[in-house]
Amino acid sequence: MDKFIHSVKLDKDACTGCINCIKYCPTQAIRVHGGKASIKPQFCVDCGRCIRYCPHHAKIAESDSLDEMHDYKYTVALPAPSLYAQFNNLTNVDIVLNALLSMGFDDVFEVSAAAELVSEMTRSYIEEHRDEAPFISSACPTIVRIIRVRFPTLIPRLLPIRPPVEIAAQIARKLAMERTGLPSSDIGIFFISPCPSKVTYAKAPLGIEKSQIDKVVAIKDVYPILLSHMTQDESELRPLSTSGRIGIGWSNSGGEAAGLITDNYLAADGIMNVLRVLSDLEDEKFHGLLFVELNACNGGCVGGPLTVENPYVATAKTKRLHRYLPVSGTHMEACPDVDYLWEDYVEYEPVFRLGSNFRESFEMMGMVEDLTEQLPGLDCGSCGAPTCRALAEDIVRGEASRNDCIYEFIEYIQSLSGDLSYLTTEMEAAGHISPVDLQNLQHSIGKLALELRRKDV
Amino acid sequence: MSECLTFEYQVPGDDFTRAGEASSSVKNKLKMMGVDSGAIRRVAIAMYEGEINMVIHAGGGAIKVMVTDDNIRIILADTGPGIPDVEKAMQLGYSTAPEEVRSLGFGAGMGLPNMKKYSDNMQIDTEVGVGTTVTMDIHL
Repeated sequence: MDKFIHSVKLDKDACTGCINCIKYCPTQAIRVHGGKASIKPQFCVDCGRCIRYCPHHAKIAESDSLDEMHDYKYTVALPAPSLYAQFNNLTNVDIVLNALLSMGFDDVFEVSAAAELVSEMTRSYIEEHRDEAPFISSACPTIVRIIRVRFPTLIPRLLPIRPPVEIAAQIARKLAMERTGLPSSDIGIFFISPCPSKVTYAKAPLGIEKSQIDKVVAIKDVYPILLSHMTQDESELRPLSTSGRIGIGWSNSGGEAAGLITDNYLAADGIMNVLRVLSDLEDEKFHGLLFVELNACNGGCVGGPLTVENPYVATAKTKRLHRYLPVSGTHMEACPDVDYLWEDYVEYEPVFRLGSNFRESFEMMGMVEDLTEQLPGLDCGSCGAPTCRALAEDIVRGEASRNDCIYEFIEYIQSLSGDLSYLTTEMEAAGHISPVDLQNLQHSIGKLALELRRKDV
Repeated sequence: MSECLTFEYQVPGDDFTRAGEASSSVKNKLKMMGVDSGAIRRVAIAMYEGEINMVIHAGGGAIKVMVTDDNIRIILADTGPGIPDVEKAMQLGYSTAPEEVRSLGFGAGMGLPNMKKYSDNMQIDTEVGVGTTVTMDIHL
């Protein structure tokens, strides 16, 4: 699998070539060239910020279709805890879980139940590795991806524990195989996800070789179907939920940290805030921290781009839903033979590096500095790059030209027209056109035509 | 390779919201150049401490970062009050930061000691009433 696959994609037909998205991308992964946006795959970390900011809804989050349920003999739904926060006045998680069975899944396994196992595992892991703290949560795939490309010194701080959805998939698959006797390939494990980042995770996970998740469907796609299957008659419900306050609380920012029962934690949400925290962590500005919970979305997973409800309303709903639940309902001793730890370490991918070696990068950086100095410094975005500096980097990388800058372009056209007017004045004074003059004239007109064509004006 | 790449920054005084901008920018540039992560970390920490010192004590100043193939030199120059007793200033935990700065979590007396700790070589040129220039080298 390509290590730079991503699930935030462009709908070319909807894209108008405006430059809103390039300004909001935290990794400067988007460019607009030839009237359409494009995403640089190695820079994109699937944070979904462009999806929220694109006024034309041309940024889309790829996810799997529910129709793919028919490709398996037995299907298990793994609802994310953020799914529960989408409904008004939900008092009992079993209403949602039973509705998932009613809409066609053969079984359900709550990601929030697995989250309680991860919380328990994390508590003991941190206890045993206190000297290496603070640990950074690895549950949000976007965080792991951004650390992989931007913060090499923080890679060893990533908590090497599989995310709840992976543990849920592992247990669900095993249970399904035991119950049905079917081979693994006949069992479809469907994660009902708040974000595209998990779609990428399921295809190309970091920290493990292969994910046990088969398909990732969007909460927003499941939500309308689920509504019609939800019953208000609680006496009819099969008791299915085994998660407590810790597990369900994972959907909110601070929820994972709350499961660790320590006050020495930091929880940040929203990709821009997260980037600041990561930069400060890199500079060792925090002391005495054991755990750092980071969520790319505002409010945590409830703020995912594939959810329906406003993240802050969803946060309040989660709190109301889990207030009277036991602290934790699922425990490690009841779930034997689970692989919790990562198999591999995540490797630094220096995608932002300019050249292929220090010498080359050094020279290219010098050119970037000079060019940035010469460009107008307005960061207007008309060239299709988010800032003048980003354009300078693109030019040095050979991916853009100076005349992509509208101001540079105007200057160039002005100097060309100056040449033309000089030539014609000379010819007029001489009273005839020499072959050399004609050649120069044609050359200048040719350049003008070429540049105008390139600009598509 | 004898060329030198120079990055220059102006640090405004008494503005804690902007402190750290320069070191953050240098950090990103060094990453783009593929400088060793450990060296970047040391540059970032040492430079941030210096930047904060300028904000707290000197009303700002100028920073010059010079990169060659085997060294990163950071020169922090201010026209602040100067350091009357450098030896004392280098002591762990010694601080002349005013109370309001300490209440922000700064001024723990770790600035200069940390700068020395994270650099391979540090030189302080200071004159009371004239200013201070700190030069740090981090070898690559």
